[in-house]
Amino acid sequence: MLHFLIRRLLSIVPVLLGISLLLFLMLRMLPGDPAQVLAGQMASPEDVRIIRIQMGLDQPLYIQYGVFLKRLVHLDLGVSARTQNSVTAEIWARLPNTILLAVCAITLACMFGIPAGVIAAIRPYSWTDYLVTLASLFGISMPVFWLGLMLMILFSITLQWLPAGGIGTWKHLVLPSITLASFVVAFIARMTRSCMLEVLSQDYVTTARSKGLKEKVIIIKHALKNALIPIITVVGLQFGLLLGGAVLTETVFAWPGLGRLIVDSILARDYAMIQGSILIFGLLYTLVNLLVDLLYAFVDPRVHYD
Amino acid sequence: MTDMKDVDKGLESDENTASGSRGWAKLKRNRAALAGGMLLLIYLVCALGAPVLFKGDPSAPDLMHSLSPPSRAYFLGTDELGRSILGRILYGARVSLLIAVGVVGVGLVIGVPVGLVSGYYGGKTDFIIQRFTDMMLAFPGFLLALALVAILGVGLKNTVISIGISMIPLYIRLVRGCVLTVKEEVYVEAARACGTRDLNIIRRHILPNVLAPIIIQTSLGMGTAILFAAGLGFLGIGVQPPTPEWGSMLGSARAYMMGKPHVATFPGIAIFLAVLSFNLLGDGLRDAFDPRSRI
Repeated sequence: MLHFLIRRLLSIVPVLLGISLLLFLMLRMLPGDPAQVLAGQMASPEDVRIIRIQMGLDQPLYIQYGVFLKRLVHLDLGVSARTQNSVTAEIWARLPNTILLAVCAITLACMFGIPAGVIAAIRPYSWTDYLVTLASLFGISMPVFWLGLMLMILFSITLQWLPAGGIGTWKHLVLPSITLASFVVAFIARMTRSCMLEVLSQDYVTTARSKGLKEKVIIIKHALKNALIPIITVVGLQFGLLLGGAVLTETVFAWPGLGRLIVDSILARDYAMIQGSILIFGLLYTLVNLLVDLLYAFVDPRVHYD
Repeated sequence: MTDMKDVDKGLESDENTASGSRGWAKLKRNRAALAGGMLLLIYLVCALGAPVLFKGDPSAPDLMHSLSPPSRAYFLGTDELGRSILGRILYGARVSLLIAVGVVGVGLVIGVPVGLVSGYYGGKTDFIIQRFTDMMLAFPGFLLALALVAILGVGLKNTVISIGISMIPLYIRLVRGCVLTVKEEVYVEAARACGTRDLNIIRRHILPNVLAPIIIQTSLGMGTAILFAAGLGFLGIGVQPPTPEWGSMLGSARAYMMGKPHVATFPGIAIFLAVLSFNLLGDGLRDAFDPRSRI
């Protein structure tokens, strides 16, 4: 297990190097002078000159990348052109908010998605199955930001039950979590349904039935447990969608997270901040996928890591 | 023994053609896919027939009638500049269709050939291409599009390019995976034994056999493209006003929806129905032609 852990951890190094290389090249691909871009529109020629020397832009590209990596390892992502604060500090301040929102949303999505998928699979091609299938298609096709606006109109403006935006109490968390979860719940329900259908046709389920076990026990103990692996994979992969959705949801509900930070930075052409926050999103996504791989071992004893 | 194998393979390929026509029959019986097709037809009529269905300029402001609720004169009401929301939705259908076609075009034109080459030749070429796709897939799709917009800038053209590029790795992976199975088939071996050139094998024997998953992905990809483009428009970094685009209509509606919910309601329904039509159709196509890959 430890051996696997180390190998799996090492395997994300090339991915991280790739992410950093893409983001490094991103700034170099910008039209014009990167020093000017980093310094912002209002910077004087002197500032630009200082930044150019600071960033080593007179050096060859591979040395520049080396320097970039070295700073990255020291968590130095540069200074925001918009707020003049350190990018790392700004990201650090907002990261917990995004993680809180994402965790709430994914929990909510599993709480509804997995049971819905199971119910659909128990009676395939019944009206409950069609209902779940149709509802999940609706969920996949719905723009999250629009759903967010509609929920806001209903619950914040008309009924005045919940706050329309901001952060603070658990009440602030309700609408953004539901909005973000709507996106993912559909995928989870679909995946659960098809995995359960496959597992329910296996021999050991027939055996369990012929033993006269209760249907409830068969579904939960025999079938669902075995269907969990692909479901966990999908939940892990959906985390990427969730991060994308977080950008939109945070904008709708004025949620001070990383997604909102990216949008603000793009609008202000604050490239150091864009680079930093997208890097963190890529890192988060990679880490979640790693976590999913590790979870397999706990869910399925058949998985060996040698 | 080899003869037996060949006979088996022959039977299999017969089955393939049979499953093709069975697929069409299955598709026609699939009510969800039919509903998707109908919705898509309505969407196409709106997009292509916008100038006929709506007279006048959808972007010309009329401040006398700003934010009026749905009425006989303005079927879906007007926005903050007094422009008919119906007109802007109809013309918005054109914009979103253009985006969907453009995005999927970028994905297909680059992703399919690269995927074919990667899967067919294998070896170092495959390794390099796959590491590159790994890198691109390390970012969730919408974020990759967002990053590209940050570099390229806003506007219709850049929206198409950004979302298109973010979809390329999906096509590469899909096509490569299918090619890996197809290239082991006996008919490919036979073609090679006849001395057919690689390019012709890819074009004549491999491409037609990986077409089904590509078509399915294209239908679903168009839905995603519309959703992504609307998201960028909503954030203010996609298609820019006054071009009527559904996402940016919602973006500007946010400020007024407090008292006038209609400005935020209808553009969202339009996005939803357009995306739904592609998803229903894509799902139906998958059930009919490629049922194993269903999730």
